[in-house]
Amino acid sequence: MAAVGDAKEAYLAAYGRLEKELAAEGPPWLAEVRAEAIRRFGALGFPTQKHEEWRHTNPAPLTRLAFRAVEAVPLLPSGLFDVFSLRQEGPELAFINGHLVRASVQGLPPGASVASLAEVLRDDPDAVSGQLGRLVSWEDHPFAALNTAFFRDGAWVHVPRGASARPIHLLHLSVPARPPLAAYPRNVIVLGAGAEATVIESYVSLDGGVALTNAVTEIAVGEDAKLDHYMLQHEAEQAFHVASTQIVQGRASAVHDLRAATGGALARNDVRTRFEGEGGDLRMDGLFAVHGKQHVDFHTRIDHVTPACSSLQIYKGILDGESRGVFNGKTYVRPGAQKTVARQSNKNLLLSEQALVDSTPGLEIRADDVKCSHGSTIGQLDEDAVFYMRARGLEEWVARGILTYAFAMEILAAVGPAGLQRRLREILHTRLPSGAWISDLV
Amino acid sequence: MALLEVRNLRVGIGEKEILRGVDLTVNAGEVHAIMGPNGSGKSTFAQVLAGRGTFTVTDGQARYKGKDLLALKPEDRAREGLFLAFQYPVEIPGVSNAYFLKSALNAVRQHRGLEELDAMDFMSLVSEKAKLLSLDESFLKRSLNEGFSGGEKKRNEILQMAVLEPTLAVLDETDSGLDIDALRVVATGINAMRGPERAMVVVTHYQRILEYVAPDFVHVLFAGRLVKSGDKELARELERRGYSWIEEEFAAKTAGS
Repeated sequence: MAAVGDAKEAYLAAYGRLEKELAAEGPPWLAEVRAEAIRRFGALGFPTQKHEEWRHTNPAPLTRLAFRAVEAVPLLPSGLFDVFSLRQEGPELAFINGHLVRASVQGLPPGASVASLAEVLRDDPDAVSGQLGRLVSWEDHPFAALNTAFFRDGAWVHVPRGASARPIHLLHLSVPARPPLAAYPRNVIVLGAGAEATVIESYVSLDGGVALTNAVTEIAVGEDAKLDHYMLQHEAEQAFHVASTQIVQGRASAVHDLRAATGGALARNDVRTRFEGEGGDLRMDGLFAVHGKQHVDFHTRIDHVTPACSSLQIYKGILDGESRGVFNGKTYVRPGAQKTVARQSNKNLLLSEQALVDSTPGLEIRADDVKCSHGSTIGQLDEDAVFYMRARGLEEWVARGILTYAFAMEILAAVGPAGLQRRLREILHTRLPSGAWISDLV
Repeated sequence: MALLEVRNLRVGIGEKEILRGVDLTVNAGEVHAIMGPNGSGKSTFAQVLAGRGTFTVTDGQARYKGKDLLALKPEDRAREGLFLAFQYPVEIPGVSNAYFLKSALNAVRQHRGLEELDAMDFMSLVSEKAKLLSLDESFLKRSLNEGFSGGEKKRNEILQMAVLEPTLAVLDETDSGLDIDALRVVATGINAMRGPERAMVVVTHYQRILEYVAPDFVHVLFAGRLVKSGDKELARELERRGYSWIEEEFAAKTAGS
């Protein structure tokens, strides 16, 4: 097994080989950003469990292998995507290992784009120069720095001022290969003032080997704009997944960010949002359901920079088998961010004695006229409730399944798009022993 | 054959013994009231009949429809027609009242070899029963017991009983926390269920529910035993005199033996 230092060197060497090719694919400013990012990665190196941000998640599985950056995309039967499609109206882009392979983008409002980022960088790079590489903080995140250095493609979503778009699905399929590959999907989502959009990112994979998806999404939401952003991570259980999302919200904008994670051997998510104008509203939901030896980690940062914004965060975890979960959520209220309302809640349900969760909610408040609260619970199913249901004739395993499903309902019910809601229910049903029984639970 | 036959039932929790040899025979068509002061073991008795696992049966037996009741899982007791109306119905967010009741009814029907009811047939059945308890239909769409008032919870228990049509209903302090109007509604629901095939065990601290649901037998549970039995006049006497004379009688009897 290669030491951590060797893996770092391998990435730096790979960048050296690809640098010219990468530079040729985009504008000069991007080549500069990439060069800075790889330098930063070289300085940071990979984290170990000694880093505060990785205290509860051992990053070794992500760093001991030098995953090769994807260059060619495998040819796959196009019917494959139908399995993962959410079967909904609206634009859909399908990517394999971070490269666009299929686009269906009819019915967009005038001036809107849902396109391959590679294409935009070739044809109209100025369109993305304000956001790409500017929003996400890769200075303190080696994986985001690697994505910035290596990405080739991803989605570009732009909904202009006042326009509204039907649900947009960005389907990212990871296909494992030998030696193991790293895919670097990069997505940029921009909503103009008063625009409205729903964007669903789904990350899925084929079975059959180890692969790393290292995704970055940068999102800018303009004044009075409204974004519903969903992220579903249901990759195979050998897969590794690292995702960083940065959202910035303009004045009086409203964002709903909901992510569900059920896949991966190790999945790490960094979600950061920042209010950059008064009166913004954020609802941030999360649901993870893991079993076996899966490990899932959510690090969230909500940054109240400007006054009179409100954030409501509800994250829920369901852990079975020997799985591990990490919730580390911090809400910052900066000096001057008066009239902030911030509520944060993390609830975890342990279905087995071997499952474990580390929950660290946190508030850092530097303003005095605010309403803030946070809380965290870790517990088992309520045995009184199990008995109550059994005393009405339901078998014990059915009662436990219903109660587990009910625990997830609060988040499930907040999923707007019908196709995604259906998919998420299907996934949960396969995870719960009484799935078939509870399929009509309302 | 008696519907329920309890002999020398001894039950504890941890090291503590709560029931110290209960004997009770209940025949089809009968309504029995079990009264007693706080801490006498009334609720324990009701919950043990339903199969609550937190209690340990240390001795004695209970036969229900000729079967060894104590060997059955709680869900099998329910499917065999034993119903416990809970003193504290559990709040279950995320599970709708209607969904829960339909699942329960279909579990029971399946066990009895009946076809499962579809959503439409179920709704028409349950709406009719709900009317009797002055519950409107929006009540069924709410999460099970979540945010229900005390009265709503108790009415919901009786609604479940009406839909599940048990053979033996054990009502654990169904009257507690009810105002007089709610008590009347609940009592009407209970009385509508009385019949020659069905028996009821009404566990209560106060006599007032027995003014509406007239019992055939009244038993007094004291210190883990049924120490006195009579008819509904006994309940009135307890209401007048309290439980202290039972205690004195019991003390005298124990001293004499």
